[in-house]
Amino acid sequence: MSVDLATVKRVARLARIAVTEEDANRMVGELNGIINFVEQLNEVDVSGVEPMTSVTPMDMRKRKDTVNDGNKAAEIVANAPNTDRDFFLVPKVVE
Amino acid sequence: MTELTSLTIAEAREKLKAKEITSVELTESYLKAIDAANEVFNAYIAVTPEKAIEMAKASDARRASGTVGALEGIPLGIKDLFGTRDVHTQACSHILDGFKPKYESTVTQNLWDDGAVMLGKLNMDEFAMGSSNETSHYGAVINPWKANGSNQQLVPGGSSGGSAAAVAAHLCAGATATDTGGSIRQPAAFTGTVGIKPTYGRCSRWGVVAFASSLDQAGPIARDVRDAAIMLKSMASVDAKDTTSVDLPVPDYEASLGQSLKGMKIGIPKEYRVDGMPEEIEKLWQQGIAWLKDTGAEIVDITLPHTKYALPAYYIVAPAEASSNLARYDGVRYGLRIDGKDIVDMYEKTRAAGFGTEVKRRIMIGTYVLSAGYYDAYYLQAQKVRTLIKRDFEIVFDAGVDAILTPATPSSAFGVADENLAADPVAMYLNDIFTVTVNMAGLPGIAVPAGLDKKGLPLGLQLIGKPFEEETLFRTAHVIEQAAGKFTPAKWW
Repeated sequence: MSVDLATVKRVARLARIAVTEEDANRMVGELNGIINFVEQLNEVDVSGVEPMTSVTPMDMRKRKDTVNDGNKAAEIVANAPNTDRDFFLVPKVVE
Repeated sequence: MTELTSLTIAEAREKLKAKEITSVELTESYLKAIDAANEVFNAYIAVTPEKAIEMAKASDARRASGTVGALEGIPLGIKDLFGTRDVHTQACSHILDGFKPKYESTVTQNLWDDGAVMLGKLNMDEFAMGSSNETSHYGAVINPWKANGSNQQLVPGGSSGGSAAAVAAHLCAGATATDTGGSIRQPAAFTGTVGIKPTYGRCSRWGVVAFASSLDQAGPIARDVRDAAIMLKSMASVDAKDTTSVDLPVPDYEASLGQSLKGMKIGIPKEYRVDGMPEEIEKLWQQGIAWLKDTGAEIVDITLPHTKYALPAYYIVAPAEASSNLARYDGVRYGLRIDGKDIVDMYEKTRAAGFGTEVKRRIMIGTYVLSAGYYDAYYLQAQKVRTLIKRDFEIVFDAGVDAILTPATPSSAFGVADENLAADPVAMYLNDIFTVTVNMAGLPGIAVPAGLDKKGLPLGLQLIGKPFEEETLFRTAHVIEQAAGKFTPAKWW
């Protein structure tokens, strides 16, 4: 498989990264280089092999579903680029 | 009097204990050294002198009152990936401009709870994606090592390049680092320092900026094996805030140093002999084998047949996880925002301006391999190969092998702005060929300096251990260190 310019632009859109025509053209070559490299995995016989989901076989520890933190809205918005009364401000999304 | 900055953690600990020096004196020596040399190395991207002195004073006061932690009064550097309360934390990315978290990572909190002092935040590849520290928004780090008779600037490796350079140049007593595919062990090997990536789950990942969550682990870079053992003991813990952290007691790693290797079985994997590997690395490996044999270990040839597939599988799994983890940088809750005509335009412009070239490349690869129609061909296949890589190690360990000895890197440190590496991302990725298998299998691995090449640059050996048997690695690495000696760059700065 290999990627073309249209695929690069589609993937950039999915990843929410604006790309110029020049960026996109450069990425076609770079991404194909990486994809060619990873394609050697197709040589491996994986019949009957389970995909790895966790490196250490362990049961996920669970805690009680109780409130153990909170009441710090000011801290949560402290690093935001644009806020108003403890709300994050974004461009209008609903007309 | 010797310079205070030349003391190892273990030596400084003794002098502090004997009241020959105070933490304030030690900390001031480091701040002076940073002031004089950081411009040369670019190892620190934020120095925190006031905080350091305040922490050192508090440490001296604790000592006077009889409370002494395991790292009491020891000045450390912290990789910029670790969240540090109200202090610069940007993973060396432009997209986290101005970010100062309101929380402390568990690993750094553990260090402060044990009495350590923070000197500042260390340079790294952006979001830990790189093998030369050149993808940092804050510029390249310069390796304190230079080739004989050469003035060429060399990279310290990456992604923990700032950590490794600061430790090698004595700009901190020890440093925190992280390792997703080799980011502790490769820079340690390039700078003549010791770096250990512990077993996945040994250190909490809470508060550490995420790159690839199933692979990321924190660990120390230190001047010698003992210092690395001292630091890991403090960094490791079980943590309710990271469900993948493991509830096992943290052993006294230092106690494993000096124990005999009699009866131990060391595996030598034939797959780690790669085309184009310099002869000196092969020679160093044979030397390492001889040292371990001399101290009573049994050497056995082993095979890890899926080794060559670890790097390609990594370049599916790690970008896939990264593309998901880095989706959070959208210009809304923290960091950089570039305004746009609507919200999607704002996201796209912010991410285009905020991420560097290598980070964008990996997000794109990750997005592609997870996209509809490609998931099974790439991601699922890579996860199956990962099972096989881990199985290779399990078979060897089940057959009685206690640890595996390999080279740490396929070369010594290379030049800054290397044109061949810049032109071919895959060539740069090959730096991690010996280290990445360990992350894919979740195992512990340590890089220990073992000699200099003919250019006079350090080379390291790697030991790979069974899950949660870091003690075996410290004990074996210590034997190599005893035989090889320690390596310090000649001071030119």
